[in-house]
Amino acid sequence: MLKASVFLLLTTCAVFLTGCTDPNRDAVKIGMNIELTGEIPAVGASSKNAAELFFNALNEQGGVTLAEGPKKVALIIRDNGGKADQAASVAQQLISSQDVVAMIGPNSSACAIPAGEIAESLKCVMISPWSTNPKTTLDQDSSQPRRYVFRGCFTDPFQATVLAKFALNDLGAKKAAVLYDVSSEAPLGQATLFRDTFTAKGGEIVAFETFTTGDKDFSAQLTNIREADPDIIFLPTYYNDVPLIAQQARRLGITAKFVGSDAWSSPEIIKLGGADVDGSYFCNHFSTQIATDEAKKFIADYTAKYGQPPDDVAALTFDSCGLITEALKAGGKNEREALREALSKIREYKGVTGTFRFEPGSGDPIKSAVILQIKDGAFQWVTNAQP
Amino acid sequence: MDYFAQQAINAIQLGSIYALIALGYSMVYGVLVMINFAHGDVFMVSSFFCFLLLLVLPVPFIAALLIVMLATAILGVCIERLAYRPLRNAPRVSAIITALGCGLVIQNTTLSISPYSQRMPELFTPVTWNFAGLTISSLQILIVGISVGLMLALDFFIRKTRYGMAMRAIAQDRVTVPLMGVPVNQVIAVTFAIGAALGGAAGVLYASAYPVISATMGVLVGWKAFVAAVIGGIGNVRGAVLGAYLLGAVEVFTVTVLPSTYRDLVVYTLLLVILIFKPYGLLGRPAVQKV
Repeated sequence: MLKASVFLLLTTCAVFLTGCTDPNRDAVKIGMNIELTGEIPAVGASSKNAAELFFNALNEQGGVTLAEGPKKVALIIRDNGGKADQAASVAQQLISSQDVVAMIGPNSSACAIPAGEIAESLKCVMISPWSTNPKTTLDQDSSQPRRYVFRGCFTDPFQATVLAKFALNDLGAKKAAVLYDVSSEAPLGQATLFRDTFTAKGGEIVAFETFTTGDKDFSAQLTNIREADPDIIFLPTYYNDVPLIAQQARRLGITAKFVGSDAWSSPEIIKLGGADVDGSYFCNHFSTQIATDEAKKFIADYTAKYGQPPDDVAALTFDSCGLITEALKAGGKNEREALREALSKIREYKGVTGTFRFEPGSGDPIKSAVILQIKDGAFQWVTNAQP
Repeated sequence: MDYFAQQAINAIQLGSIYALIALGYSMVYGVLVMINFAHGDVFMVSSFFCFLLLLVLPVPFIAALLIVMLATAILGVCIERLAYRPLRNAPRVSAIITALGCGLVIQNTTLSISPYSQRMPELFTPVTWNFAGLTISSLQILIVGISVGLMLALDFFIRKTRYGMAMRAIAQDRVTVPLMGVPVNQVIAVTFAIGAALGGAAGVLYASAYPVISATMGVLVGWKAFVAAVIGGIGNVRGAVLGAYLLGAVEVFTVTVLPSTYRDLVVYTLLLVILIFKPYGLLGRPAVQKV
């Protein structure tokens, strides 16, 4: 008798569990493969915030409209620790066992390149909101564009041109020094591209120094740079390295201005860097100061919900979510191949970070950049750079 | 010339910090023949102790240094008591894995409390002097001064006091020495306390010199200090200091004469070469196998 009732109880539970408690069963599942811990946790946090903001609002309006009617979107968020190997295994897990229809992230190029490899081979759409390295959307063997990998931002060759022009023309710099993390994909690419463009446009690179991830002492490299006496120092490194470099440079008596890449964009850089980074310039995807009407709404919503204005990762993630939703609607099906097909047909998309233009067969949008300055503890818009 | 002198100053600062951490590895190894891989994370957590202390109470530098050293020493003793002592007679591999585990626990606890890097408040405003093209700050002098002072104190402690004698005795023979009435557990606890306290001092000095602290920073620095201890001859306290200054100098001067990309290549090639010719490190002595 007891046995029978236990059995009955268990079966009821089983039926109940499979029948009712899985709200994601009927939803459109989108995975997020982001840097919630590790060296750049602020990037993952912004990405998560923006995606939740976007899809919560969408779900409140009933969800995404497919051919069979509106469907809710379920986000499955996984941490890749900011590490390449972990990003690859998270991609594998999201696509194979969580069965997502698309994956947002990773954001850092070091993670996005291997994760893109997995997404491509498992035929699942991936959008990296923030990875600017050209290799993210390129197939490793054939150097042809990957079919399933897209991004929400401009690429490094464009960024290098923007920065080289800005340094030469607006800052009047003739001699530049570069210090970057040689073991991280995005900084490495940006440093080399900047060197080539700056030299091609008539400037001179007087010092080209490297360090490796995790280094905190840059005094030897900075002493070399001081000896070379540059007009500017280009630091294509993440926001967590810049403050220590800036502080050690100032202590050594280096007065040259710092110029940075989009890897600087987290407000953490102001908190960690203080006066040492004040007056520095960097290239970015987005500025809250020149927002369009849609962007203003996004900034207001984001600030109201999270208590701080969105940084560029947040804005780019928001646009990546928008692109996926647009493609889901156009494709009409909760299915990977239809989504890819529809996404690859989008030619123009107006997002909060500006207008995206896609060339046929390419996952890299063509869009404008902004130059910002860190001034009095805030990011100040300086100028726009058109493609 | 002043350029090389500046690099020499950089090398001495870096070497002093490596030395303080390397001492912790070397002391524990000397007494217990065990590599305490949690030491890098103990060093890291000490800089967070300092950060928290300054948030609550803006004490002067020396007070902060002493309080953090004490707190870290207590942590070191707790780790020894809870994690290592029960395994003292277990196979050596178990002890190493436990140490790695302790390090990960410390690191991830810190990570869960503070996932973001933190800006260390300034402990004092360093004065910078410029003369003959050289830049020296009072902070650098303080770092080198405190490091050298602590190292000399440790050397004196090990060579001239009864506890130091007991440590050296246990390092030589862990079976017979307890029979002579030496309180082994107590001596080992003191060893861990001193090792951790030195790591704590390094944490405070490091956080003043490099004032952005994060939960993962102990990994690389700890690893390099361990390398320094091995170069010098692990188990030998003077060797650890020698290895640390050598490592700092090689790192800095490689960058001075070669492109900085070659730095780690040169450092670790040198490590291999030293170990080929001196397998026990520069000052290490071959262990006598007792049957």
